[in-house]
Amino acid sequence: MDSTQTHGINLSINSSDYHLQILPWVTLLDVLRERIGLTGTKKGCDHGQCGACTVLVDGKRILSCLTLAVMKDGAAITTIEGIANGEKLHPIQQAFIDHDAFQCGYCTPGQICSAVGMLQEAKARNREEIKELMSGNLCRCGASRGIVNAVMQVMEGGSNE
Amino acid sequence: MNNFSYIKVSDAKQAIAELNGDIRNKAVAGGTNINDLLKYFVTKADKLVDINPIQEFNSIIRLDDGGVRLGALHTNADTAYDPIIEERYPLLSKAILAGASAQIRNMATNGGNLMQRTRCYYFYDISTPCNKRDPGSGCSAISGYNRIHAILGQSENCIAVFPSDMCVALAALNAQVNISGPNGERKLPFANFHRLPSETPHLDNNLIHGEVITSIDLPAEGFAENYSYLKLRDRSSYSFALVSVASAFELEQGTIKNARIALGGVAHKPWRVLEAEDFLKQKEPTRENFSQAAKIILNGAFGYEHNNFKIELAHRAIIRNCLMALYPESQRPGAKPSR
Ligand SMILES: Cc1cc2nc3c(=O)[nH]c(=O)nc-3n(C[C@H](O)[C@H](O)[C@H](O)COP(=O)(O)OP(=O)(O)OC[C@H]3O[C@@H](n4cnc5c(N)ncnc54)[C@H](O)[C@@H]3O)c2cc1C
Ligand code: SF4
Ligand code: FES
Ligand code: FES
Repeated sequence: MDSTQTHGINLSINSSDYHLQILPWVTLLDVLRERIGLTGTKKGCDHGQCGACTVLVDGKRILSCLTLAVMKDGAAITTIEGIANGEKLHPIQQAFIDHDAFQCGYCTPGQICSAVGMLQEAKARNREEIKELMSGNLCRCGASRGIVNAVMQVMEGGSNE
Repeated sequence: MNNFSYIKVSDAKQAIAELNGDIRNKAVAGGTNINDLLKYFVTKADKLVDINPIQEFNSIIRLDDGGVRLGALHTNADTAYDPIIEERYPLLSKAILAGASAQIRNMATNGGNLMQRTRCYYFYDISTPCNKRDPGSGCSAISGYNRIHAILGQSENCIAVFPSDMCVALAALNAQVNISGPNGERKLPFANFHRLPSETPHLDNNLIHGEVITSIDLPAEGFAENYSYLKLRDRSSYSFALVSVASAFELEQGTIKNARIALGGVAHKPWRVLEAEDFLKQKEPTRENFSQAAKIILNGAFGYEHNNFKIELAHRAIIRNCLMALYPESQRPGAKPSR
């Protein structure tokens, strides 16, 4: 068994292409933070229980801490650094500011990526459903109310981008 | 995580050959359970066999007998939101959506959901004895903190529960697990897939090393008119069940023609007692009859220092959920009761 063998993989991260040599047990979260230097994505629990590491893979929200990077060869990844359109904030980012949807900010990148993913899924129709479908992102500061308000604003504003 | 090698496989034959190569070669699908267990050193692998490229495992198809086949690699989210499942098997859809979080459901696969391991705290803590993780070492939960543990079907070797929500619905629906292995294909009725701990708590189910789940079949009857899934837990979302109940009925002129009741969070496998379902046949769907059925289901239940409450909780949950199944529109997100 040659367990030290690296695998060559291609990732598109926030529309930039990367070719990386990766050991099999390295998570996508560690690749983003340690290899690419995109430290916006946060490591909260590292065990799938908090949502701080949420990113979009091929448009879907997933947990990067439970994802092995080798398994995502060829995927397109969007992190918090790729959510805005240049200098123009994504409507969800603006709504988070408008509604004071954070305090320490540690959960925020995951919350925003998750909210963007949720709006694309288009399954939440009201407050109660937003709470349920955002429950994979914990906020220790208790900004959840503002977060739901922010998402409501974007939903009601009709902009699901 | 320990160091392991990695290979992608593109068909079932290759997957089976790779897994068979060594007992420490493990399949990975969504990775939401195995990667976590690897991080805690609860599971060790020499090689991870990535089955995701196997196209034939990733679909939902209608069967000739009116049933539906769920591919093992179809995600929990895509299954729950599939129009056929939402319309014809809403019990399954609700049960899946009551589990984990949206992100995890986007990753988790149907095959992986059946294979997920217990959330017993001691199983996860490699510094403590645990017969499931380390056969013969003892069970820390029996005399420890056992709030989340079993009240039915447990043994003196292990009192862990199987944590899946999806599987509670699959049990109620009489699903079938399709398996492929070195000796060809076989099928297991859902009730025979998971095991009770007895003398061998290290075995969660009857899949043999080297075999893979290819798909899960649902019979034509989906109980789309009268069904309900109730999940009771310590917080209202993103938490495992203390007790969950799947109820489904076929009603005919006010009497019960056909009943299904399965419990989650109470045993080493989804718990069904056919005697209780037979008892309900030709009876009226009343609180009294459901209470009687609950008594039959919970016959022989016993708890430990911290989980005795589950017996009464399960009794009440069964009654409530059976009543909710008469009015499926009463269900709300997170499978919370609204009545
Ligand atoms: C924080 C958290 C909360 C959760 N909450 C819930 C909950 O409330 N309810 C619930 O039901 N679940 C819950 N889950 C569990 C989740 O549903 C499972 O982890 C998931 O379904 C496993 O699927 P997977 O594809 O990710 O499996 P993997 O992690 O890829 O694999 C799990 C196991 O299955 C084996 N395997 C996978 N596919 C096959 C196959 N086709 N054939 C044979 N073997 C296979 C693997 O070898 C491995 O041993 C939670 C998980 C987390 C992390
Ligand atoms: S209940 Fe089972 S899994 Fe938990 S410590 Fe005992 S043997 Fe291990
Ligand atoms: S860091 Fe991934 S869920 Fe907490
Ligand atoms: S803002 Fe501090 S954890 Fe959410």
